[in-house]
Amino acid sequence: MPPKRKNDAIIQAEDVGMEVDATLDSGSEDEARRRSKNRRAKAQRKTKQVSDDEDDEEDEDEAPRKRGRRKRTKPQDSDQDDEEDKRRVRQKGAKAPRRKAANEERDEESEEDQGKRKKGGRAPSKQEKEDQNKERKGNVKGKDETNKGSEKDKKKKNGKQSSSPASSSEDESEDESDEESMSEGEIAALKEQVEEKKKLIATLRNKPWRMKRRLVLLKEAQEFVEKFEGALGKGRGKKLYAFKVMMTKVLMGLPYGSIPRKTVPRSEQDTAMDFSVLFDFGGYCKYSILFYGYYNNERNIGVLKFRLPLSYLLTGVGIFGYSLMVVIRTMARNANEGGDGGDEGEFTFSWKMFTSWDYLIGNPETADNKYASITTSFKESIVDEKENQKDENIHLQRFLRILANIMILCCLGGSGYLIYFVVKRSQDFAKMDPASLTWFQKNEVEFVMSLLGLVCPPLFETIAELEDYHPRIALKWQLGRIFALFLGNLYTFLFALFDEVNDKLETEQELKNATEWAIHEYNANYSSYYNTMDVPPLVVNPADAVRGPCWETAVGIEFVKLIVSDMQVTFLTILIGDFARAIIVRFLNYCWCWDLEAGFPSYAEFDISGNVLGLIFNQGMIWMGAFYAPGLVGLNVLRLLTSMYFQCWAVMACNVPHERVFKASRSNNFYMGLLLLVLFLSLLPVVYTIMTLPPSFDCGPFSGQDRMYDVVMETITQDLPAFIGTIFTYATNPGLIMPAVLLMVLAIYYLNTVSKGYQQANLDLKKKMKMARDEEKNRRNNKDSTNQVMKDLEDLLPNKSLIPPPTEEEPPHDIVIEKGGKSTKMKPGSAGKGVNLQKEVSLAATNPRGPVAHPPRARGGPPGHLRGPLPGPGRGRGRGAPPRT
Amino acid sequence: MQTAHIEFDCTYFTRKEILLFYRYRDLAPQLVPLDYTNHPDVKLPYELIGSMPELKDNPFRQRIAEVFSEDGEGNMTLDDFLDMFSVLSEMAPRDLKAYYAFKIYFNNDDFICKSDLEKTLNKLTRNELTEDEVRMVCEKVIDEADLDNDGRLSLEDFQHMIVRAPDFL
Repeated sequence: MPPKRKNDAIIQAEDVGMEVDATLDSGSEDEARRRSKNRRAKAQRKTKQVSDDEDDEEDEDEAPRKRGRRKRTKPQDSDQDDEEDKRRVRQKGAKAPRRKAANEERDEESEEDQGKRKKGGRAPSKQEKEDQNKERKGNVKGKDETNKGSEKDKKKKNGKQSSSPASSSEDESEDESDEESMSEGEIAALKEQVEEKKKLIATLRNKPWRMKRRLVLLKEAQEFVEKFEGALGKGRGKKLYAFKVMMTKVLMGLPYGSIPRKTVPRSEQDTAMDFSVLFDFGGYCKYSILFYGYYNNERNIGVLKFRLPLSYLLTGVGIFGYSLMVVIRTMARNANEGGDGGDEGEFTFSWKMFTSWDYLIGNPETADNKYASITTSFKESIVDEKENQKDENIHLQRFLRILANIMILCCLGGSGYLIYFVVKRSQDFAKMDPASLTWFQKNEVEFVMSLLGLVCPPLFETIAELEDYHPRIALKWQLGRIFALFLGNLYTFLFALFDEVNDKLETEQELKNATEWAIHEYNANYSSYYNTMDVPPLVVNPADAVRGPCWETAVGIEFVKLIVSDMQVTFLTILIGDFARAIIVRFLNYCWCWDLEAGFPSYAEFDISGNVLGLIFNQGMIWMGAFYAPGLVGLNVLRLLTSMYFQCWAVMACNVPHERVFKASRSNNFYMGLLLLVLFLSLLPVVYTIMTLPPSFDCGPFSGQDRMYDVVMETITQDLPAFIGTIFTYATNPGLIMPAVLLMVLAIYYLNTVSKGYQQANLDLKKKMKMARDEEKNRRNNKDSTNQVMKDLEDLLPNKSLIPPPTEEEPPHDIVIEKGGKSTKMKPGSAGKGVNLQKEVSLAATNPRGPVAHPPRARGGPPGHLRGPLPGPGRGRGRGAPPRT
Repeated sequence: MQTAHIEFDCTYFTRKEILLFYRYRDLAPQLVPLDYTNHPDVKLPYELIGSMPELKDNPFRQRIAEVFSEDGEGNMTLDDFLDMFSVLSEMAPRDLKAYYAFKIYFNNDDFICKSDLEKTLNKLTRNELTEDEVRMVCEKVIDEADLDNDGRLSLEDFQHMIVRAPDFL
């Protein structure tokens, strides 16, 4: 056994070595190889003598595998050698005769080998082993040989020797063919080989070879692994493939065309591939995985027993749960981080002035941005400040605000009605022949909705001028109004859609009855005609089957169309409103009466808040539509990606910053709040349909059920242990739910109260701090005005040299203390008495906030080991602060 | 590099960063000798200092160079140079930074007065603000930070204000 193992190792090394040697062709290595071969041969001979029988048994196990492996390796080697070594062989032509003998030997062997291979790895024996042995020996020589042989083959000199290349070429073809039709054993062998190569790649670093050799080896091994790994098991390729199969088989169930819901009806088949039809998501699109109707209601699919209906429902609901969680969490984090702490507002301008520059900026472009940002922030603060100082006619203002709100409400109502009207009309249109409709009539709803989205926001902005709010508040109002507009439109659209759904449900019911009746008739006729009760089921081509309107898919299509039209409008607006405008402004400016860039049209502004709002709205539509059109999510990802790059380009190329200088980021939680609202509002209709509307009877994963959530019930009763069902029954009991809700309400109330209390405390503390500061200021002023000595000292002190020796500094200290003490005469009890004075000093020292004659923060000068000049002593130096110099 | 050991103790640099000397020398290889044992009197003009990538986009580069140079003109010796980098480095304490920041912002007296503020503001915003706005901002700054109501900011006022700033590191 042990010698055998060693053998194996050597063989491996040899296998590996040979490939490289072929390219390197260094004589010394050749020799080493030969030596090792001898050694191995000797060892083998010994082994054979000693444990013939044992080996035989073992060989039976190992030989086939090894052989199989070798079978793969060898052809490869010879292939490569064929290509690489031809030149070399020609050079070595002189040596060829010497090897002829070996050549013949090798030929015999290869023939034998072939014969055995055909036997399929059986009957390994001593001879077999010898064969291997020799074969390997021959392999080395044989390589040159093969090449030589191929040369000879070309020349057609020697028929017998041509068998060698023939065998190799046979191997080659085998090798190629097994890529296509790998039998199991071959796959196993290939796998093993791939494994081996991988191991080689991993351990290559440790091998004591030259770099060149290593590189060549590595490259070969990598190529090999890459080539075969994907095709056969292990590895990413296989997993991906398995995943694909799983996805298609498991998630979709039966393929297209197998059942009616996955087949385009006969009447539509002619136009199913027309672009206009596809673009309206009819035809093949309608019966694809994009939409609800495609999914089958089979309870379990495949070996994994994938429960498609259940997971469809749970996914749909889970998306909402997850989104809610994410939004809430983000909001909570924002609220924590926002922390409008106490110091905010105290030094707004000073901080902006002195700390806004980032000293790490080392890039002109960044610097430009920073300048702009600083300017913006200053402007923002200035506007803020001005607004604070404003004081105007409150009655007029109130009147104007009410007026503005009324106008805006009118706008909102009007737009809602318009949409309702249009949707209603579109339902009438839908009943007419599609060929007789104009493009506008077909797309009226989307068109009107987009138009409203375009026109209304600027209108609101104009109206909002009346209100004269602080810009930041005005911005919020504006956003809230646009939001209300979008949402109102969406909901009107939804209600109109529900009407349609109800219509469809009715027609569906009729259809269902008719179908049942027809089947009944068929059965009756059949049995009476053939006089048998054993009626074969009616076989109908899926394309010809009678089918209901499938309202879920219809709703999904509406949403997808809405998203697509929204996208079109966005892109068109950017192209026309931004790009075309920018071009006109830029180039017509050369020959125009007034300055276009600075004057009227100017460049378009980038409306951050509007865009964010658009995103939120878009997300709401996804939330609503994803249940009926699962493909909508993928579509939206595409849309967001393209729109990101497109808008990025537009912003960089043709927009100017918004004139309203308020950063949108500050109202972070405002947007998140909107998002939460949208999430909630889009949750409603979906949950409503899940709980109340009956699903279509012939399409979608819930067909056949009374309600969609029945799937859950079914799972609980059929697949879960009984006690879980009991628990569930209890949990859904109104008697339990009501108290739970009550408890939650109470908890919310309590927490709300607590948070209000904290807020109040915060405010109080802030106020206190401000008062303390004011007091401090006043004290200082008094002191400043009264304490002439201090002033004199101040005049003395500012040493322009900036390195005052500490000894010089000491006396003023004392004086300062004394004078300071005197200066605070108004403080009863502290006047003139040394002890009290000391006390006061120490008090002042311990209390950094102490107001009396004390700098707000005792500045220790720069640390002693500082090389730079020391700062001039400030007035407030000393006074309890230990001289740190 | 004999000086390296000295500078090591005097600045907030690790031994590695002491190689700043080479940065200094790279600014003007023809001016700065490699051998500093004899303390040669070499100064790099402001033009060279201000063109360093760390400073070239900084609106206050001139002031920085002036503050840290011994002659107040922005011409720097090696010592000044090291000093500057030391103070601007991450390790320097906030107090020290505040002190130098103060020096950067005032002009000639030891106080930041309105004209200094105006200059600073104009540098920061590249004169984008109108005069009214500038005046207003400066008034606000004085109003906020001036604790002793003398109409200008002393070092003490400045430090009081700046060490509380969240962005001041």
